[in-house]
Amino acid sequence: MTIKVRIPQPLQKLTDGKGLIEASASDVKSLIDELEGKFPGIKDRICDQTGKIRRFINIYVNEEDIRFLQGETTSLKDGYEVSIVPAIAGGK
Amino acid sequence: MNLTDDQIERYSRQILLPHVGGIGQEKLLSAKVLIIGAGGLGSPIAAYMAGAGIGTLGIVDSDVVELSNLHRQIIYSSDDIGKKKAIAAQDRLQKVNPDTKVIPYVLRLTSENIMDIIKDYDVIVDGSDNFPTRYLVNDACILAKKALVHGAFFRFEGQAMVIKLNEGPCYRCLFPEPPPPGTVPSCQEAGILGALAGVIGLIQATETLKLILEIGEPLVGELIVFDALEMSFRKIKIPRDKDCPICGENPTITELIDYEWFCGLKADEIA
Repeated sequence: MTIKVRIPQPLQKLTDGKGLIEASASDVKSLIDELEGKFPGIKDRICDQTGKIRRFINIYVNEEDIRFLQGETTSLKDGYEVSIVPAIAGGK
Repeated sequence: MNLTDDQIERYSRQILLPHVGGIGQEKLLSAKVLIIGAGGLGSPIAAYMAGAGIGTLGIVDSDVVELSNLHRQIIYSSDDIGKKKAIAAQDRLQKVNPDTKVIPYVLRLTSENIMDIIKDYDVIVDGSDNFPTRYLVNDACILAKKALVHGAFFRFEGQAMVIKLNEGPCYRCLFPEPPPPGTVPSCQEAGILGALAGVIGLIQATETLKLILEIGEPLVGELIVFDALEMSFRKIKIPRDKDCPICGENPTITELIDYEWFCGLKADEIA
């Protein structure tokens, strides 16, 4: 089973500059743990101290916001694409 | 309004468009657009607004032009270094198109002044560079029921969306809270590909023209995510959040708040 995970620019420092990662987790929560195993420190950037996804980062499964699906328990299947999209503010 | 011969020639290539015509051109010439920030996003937006013949163009920026701005802030020249951006923009745009009345606002938007400034405009375009201003602009546009065209960038990535009250989500529906200060580097620290700012700014410019002309499908309820390195555009669905504190069913924000505090900043810490 392969899931594509899109890593945004602000987190690519932790993924050796890679913007696209392959993973095999069966839901979003275990995907974050899988990413943490491969790229230590990334979970801290995505989740707060209580393990909840930070309010300025959204996770999309096949372009749907998981806040409006099943949150962190949203299941993942072969071929799914997950995007991590943080708030950015640059404009100057 | 009757178009003059000069105007018919100046705008002929867009008047020719079946979606524009003389009536559309008159809408553009009567339109009032406010651009917040005359930097990497605001520069190309302003250039195309003036080119298209937007009748009144407000430009808000308190900064001066610096040498390091010129690789992306295309309306300025080396001679403008040290001048207030809103004034230098006015000088430049007035030469591009004397039909466009440019109103410079050399100030920083606050909870105290924003409502008075936006009230005269039809469309607000956000090209600011910090979270307190972005949340301030979002909330003010919701409260004043103004259409807002959002755009932002970071390094090689950009985002854009259109916010229209009652028709789709607002910026808080998308991101309920900003990142804590210090966690997101500014473009001064992170760098920015100049042309990327142009791509995002021109998505905003295009959406602004569509809103005024009332043509096509506005980018409401969706976020465009642009990646320059892989040259991809993705559209992500953004549902309205019924619990949104400003545009939800039971809003808890009914007047503007202290945005520096909301973003964990004191006023003097804003870049």
